[in-house]
Amino acid sequence: MKVEIRLFATFREGRFKKEVWELPEGTKVIDVLNLLGIKPEEVAILLVNGMNAEPEYVLKDGDYISLFPPVGGG
Amino acid sequence: MRGGYCGKILRVNLTTGEIKKEELDLGIAKKFIGGRGLGSYILFKEIDPAVDPLSPENKIIFATGPLTGSSAPTSRYMVITKSPLTGAIACSNSGGFWGAELKFAGYDLIIVEGKAQNPSYIYIKDDTVEIKDAKACWGKLVSETTELLQNEVGDPKARVLTIGPAGEKLSPIAAIMNEKYRAAGRSGVGAVMGSKNLKAIVVRGSGKVKSADQEKTKKLLSNLIKKIKENGVTGQGLPKYGTAVLVNIINEHGIFPTNNFQKAYFPLADAISGETLAEKYLVKKDPCYHCPIACGRYCKVDDEEGGGPEYETVWAFGADCGVSDLSAIIKANNLCNEYGLDTISAGATIACAMELYEKGYIKKEELDGPELKFGSAEAIIEWTRKMGAGEGFGAKLALGSYRLAESYGVSELSMSVKKQELPAYDPRGVQGHGLQYATSNRGGCHVRGYLISPEVLGVPEKLDRFSLEGKAKWAKLFQDLTAVIDSLGLCLFTSFAFDLNDYCELYNCIVGETFTPEDMLIAGERIWNLERLFNLQAGISPEEDTLPKRLLEEPIPEGPSKGHVHRLKELLPEYYRVRGWDEKGIPTPEKLKALGL
Ligand code: SF4
Repeated sequence: MKVEIRLFATFREGRFKKEVWELPEGTKVIDVLNLLGIKPEEVAILLVNGMNAEPEYVLKDGDYISLFPPVGGG
Repeated sequence: MRGGYCGKILRVNLTTGEIKKEELDLGIAKKFIGGRGLGSYILFKEIDPAVDPLSPENKIIFATGPLTGSSAPTSRYMVITKSPLTGAIACSNSGGFWGAELKFAGYDLIIVEGKAQNPSYIYIKDDTVEIKDAKACWGKLVSETTELLQNEVGDPKARVLTIGPAGEKLSPIAAIMNEKYRAAGRSGVGAVMGSKNLKAIVVRGSGKVKSADQEKTKKLLSNLIKKIKENGVTGQGLPKYGTAVLVNIINEHGIFPTNNFQKAYFPLADAISGETLAEKYLVKKDPCYHCPIACGRYCKVDDEEGGGPEYETVWAFGADCGVSDLSAIIKANNLCNEYGLDTISAGATIACAMELYEKGYIKKEELDGPELKFGSAEAIIEWTRKMGAGEGFGAKLALGSYRLAESYGVSELSMSVKKQELPAYDPRGVQGHGLQYATSNRGGCHVRGYLISPEVLGVPEKLDRFSLEGKAKWAKLFQDLTAVIDSLGLCLFTSFAFDLNDYCELYNCIVGETFTPEDMLIAGERIWNLERLFNLQAGISPEEDTLPKRLLEEPIPEGPSKGHVHRLKELLPEYYRVRGWDEKGIPTPEKLKALGL
């Protein structure tokens, strides 16, 4: 299945902005984090398809993940 | 008199030329903390809230808080007056150095009354205060005025607060600028200065803000600075990317208003994000006085450089106008700074004009400039300039989106609350934040109770952004707490790292008080209710606690927040109840008595 990964702010450093990955069925968000070398506690906002999700979420074909470190402002 | 407060008020009457120094009533000051709270109290006491905002009878108050210019991190001042944009109480907040300098000169606040016969400026050097001729800089842009006045007083370190041509021409979306790039932006406070023929206030001081308990303050501060540095938002996100780091966050949630709130997702957001800004245009950080966070940006594009842009500005000229050209946004921001326009209202008014053009209300023949088409970089730059200069159709835009849309008989196309343009978060996908838009005492505004913090960023805890549960209570809590932080003279961004106890301890150490956190929060509630009373007496009916029709009736058409409208009707009665107001939204006598009002 194909899953799009979007990284923001410092998560982009040494990585990428956006990529589409081919992943086996049953892959969880936490598996993606491991592949990225990002610890779950470093993630302040974790979205799947624009909605808050947990690292245990099981991904589906066509999902997109957005990952943010602690950021904010206004 | 212990620490924090200077204990002195400067009163300048521009009609008579009289300058008075009055003693600060410390009891009253503490009851309303200072800054926004104290300024609002004085305004309410001294003017009839029904007064014409641009008449000499209106007053304009420049207020610092007890912690402005102190050893506490960050430093802000506020401008309190009756707003020509909303007709409600205005309190616009700015950083930079001007507020701290006013304290160094020995004043907690300045009350300006009347109207000068000719363009004038006020020069304050410690005890010496003069009203001086400003003819030489009337009509001039903000940076030129700043330099002219520093030259004239012979002090390159003098801090200059000034209006630009937009304020002189009484645009109800005119800002007040200090140190060229910092803005008390909202609610048209610049026009009130213009109406008084007051171009600028130049300040220089040689004093210091004392702490009541220096040892204790020092210890507390090392702790608090550590908190700021260790917090991800204040220690990394804001310093590295500035406020525009929010562009991608808000867009990924599908609440990034696009094309005048017709949509809430902007596919080209990354091109205008804080990340792109840092990569392509950032020259350096530009912090306010004594600020370890340093979110301020200083950018360069082509041969232009200057302060900003902030998140709200990037959104207003960017997604809201459908524009993805960040260099054009930076140029529009520079023009706002030079002409003294509020960037949120200016950008959002152009966005509104673009929809009016798209729908055929504004005709091509009316325009003495580029076509008002969504996505046009040329349009945002040239129309901002014309708005600032009050030139041709630009003069109509300079009235703000409400008056513009109203003149075509479609005021509902103005995305505003109480005639003030809404900022950069679509309330249909953040229910609590929308409630606070509707109930904000200064009209459409994000910094009266920033519920984006819990509803999106998860600070201090994560709330479901679509749920209504508990949102009325959260709105009240954030509104009251914000009134405290503003009134102290600190920056709202400290609240990502500090809690109520921290603010209370800081106040107690520096001022020499024994307030409890509850005392502080009640002071915040007192301020909120005072502002509400002012507005009621100014003729702002509680029916204006609402949102534009579009946001209540048209569901978001696409993206992660698709299908949602704002459910204000379900939230408002609960909010009034939580506030201790009657079902019509009027504070009850019991509530006012309990708050000592
Ligand atoms: S956080 Fe930003 S706006 Fe606030 S005081 Fe610091 S530099 Fe100024």
